[in-house]
Amino acid sequence: MNPAPFTYHKAANLDEAIGLLGTHGADAKVLAGGHSLLPIMKLRLVEPDHLIDLSAVEELRGIAVADGVLRIGALTTHHQLERDLLVRDHALVLAEAAGQVGDRQVRNRGTVGGALAHADAAADYPAAILALDATVVARGPAGERRIAAAEFFVDLLTTALEPDELLTAVEVPVLPGRAGGSYQKLANQASGYALVGVAVVVVLDVAGRCAEARVGVTGAVASGRRAGATEALLRGAALDETAIASAAARVGDGLDLLDDLHASAEYRRRVLVGLTRRALTSATERANA
Amino acid sequence: MEVPIRVEVNGEERRLAVEPRTLLVGLLREQLGLTGTHVGCETSQCGACTVLLDGEAVKSCTVLAVQSDGRAVTTIEGIAAKGTLHPIQRAFWDEHGLQCGFCTPGMILSTAALLAEEPDPDEATIRHGLDGNLCRCTGYHNIVRAVQAASTRLAAGEAAQPIGAD
Repeated sequence: MNPAPFTYHKAANLDEAIGLLGTHGADAKVLAGGHSLLPIMKLRLVEPDHLIDLSAVEELRGIAVADGVLRIGALTTHHQLERDLLVRDHALVLAEAAGQVGDRQVRNRGTVGGALAHADAAADYPAAILALDATVVARGPAGERRIAAAEFFVDLLTTALEPDELLTAVEVPVLPGRAGGSYQKLANQASGYALVGVAVVVVLDVAGRCAEARVGVTGAVASGRRAGATEALLRGAALDETAIASAAARVGDGLDLLDDLHASAEYRRRVLVGLTRRALTSATERANA
Repeated sequence: MEVPIRVEVNGEERRLAVEPRTLLVGLLREQLGLTGTHVGCETSQCGACTVLLDGEAVKSCTVLAVQSDGRAVTTIEGIAAKGTLHPIQRAFWDEHGLQCGFCTPGMILSTAALLAEEPDPDEATIRHGLDGNLCRCTGYHNIVRAVQAASTRLAAGEAAQPIGAD
């Protein structure tokens, strides 16, 4: 089924896109790859009067490293992210998450900015963005604003973006030498979405102990969350099998786990523990490599 | 209000006017009569509507026709001249990579995009690459064999040949 009728605008640049968003505000939706938006428009769950196509906005493209920050333009597709050598070098966990979004055709069209702004509970990126302690860059009529990943995911399909703001880029701090990451996921077999997804980043100190660990959870919660209990247990620990297992066992602490027709909260907790153990083991191996 | 677009379809430049809410698959099937692109699930899952957009496999049920403005679309009708079969089509025929044929146009185009990027894929790469195309008849084994056979044919430089050439 076609979406309901709308007026189509193709923004030529970022200022024009933000101007259009300012003019039409709540009556407008922004079109990037369209792989979250068009399906819900076809189901008439969303019927915007105005659609603002960003495909010609060159400022939203590109991947670059400068001053210790990896900057990824919002229009970067999942496939570009999965394959990009800068991303694989500096944020492998993000490339791994990108490679597990949907299927190949979806990855060819869908964008990192669109997926983050849509904030599906079962999306892959939130876990990786949280584990990388990334920053979301937003721009609105008042100018540019930076939002920490931990502040960005507010609730189901809800982010910290204001209605007149556009997500323009994701900035990832470049990891120090002895660091590693991993994304692990149990996908819903029909949809490919994460029933449970977990991304971890570990940073080792000179003695090889855990200087810092960040654990991002998706799928099991209404919107992306850090697993604080596990992170606290890992800090300062030697990351051997025992330490990893006991820290992973607490990953559900303090998280409000989803309980729905796809899986019970208890099932999700058990899967989350197993995937966290696997992710920590893999990340530690990579940090030591 | 209709929007003018300029799109190259199967090598031919077309100037068209489309309603903004028209899906690319609707433009192809209803406005241009290219019914080889199939509508299956209409929910971005089955891949029957897969076409190439600037050489990349996309699900045309989840692309607006206006998003093809200034770009090139290849459908199953454009993969080989009328009356001939592309090496990938010949491989699907020979390896029985289809039964009812409904998913086949999408399978062929996803295969074309996959082989353009990975000319000699192993089985895991093929299965991963065709993850977005569902077949409810074959169980996929013969499809994987067809892609392997197509890879061999393309590596040997085979061109499209008339139907029933061998």
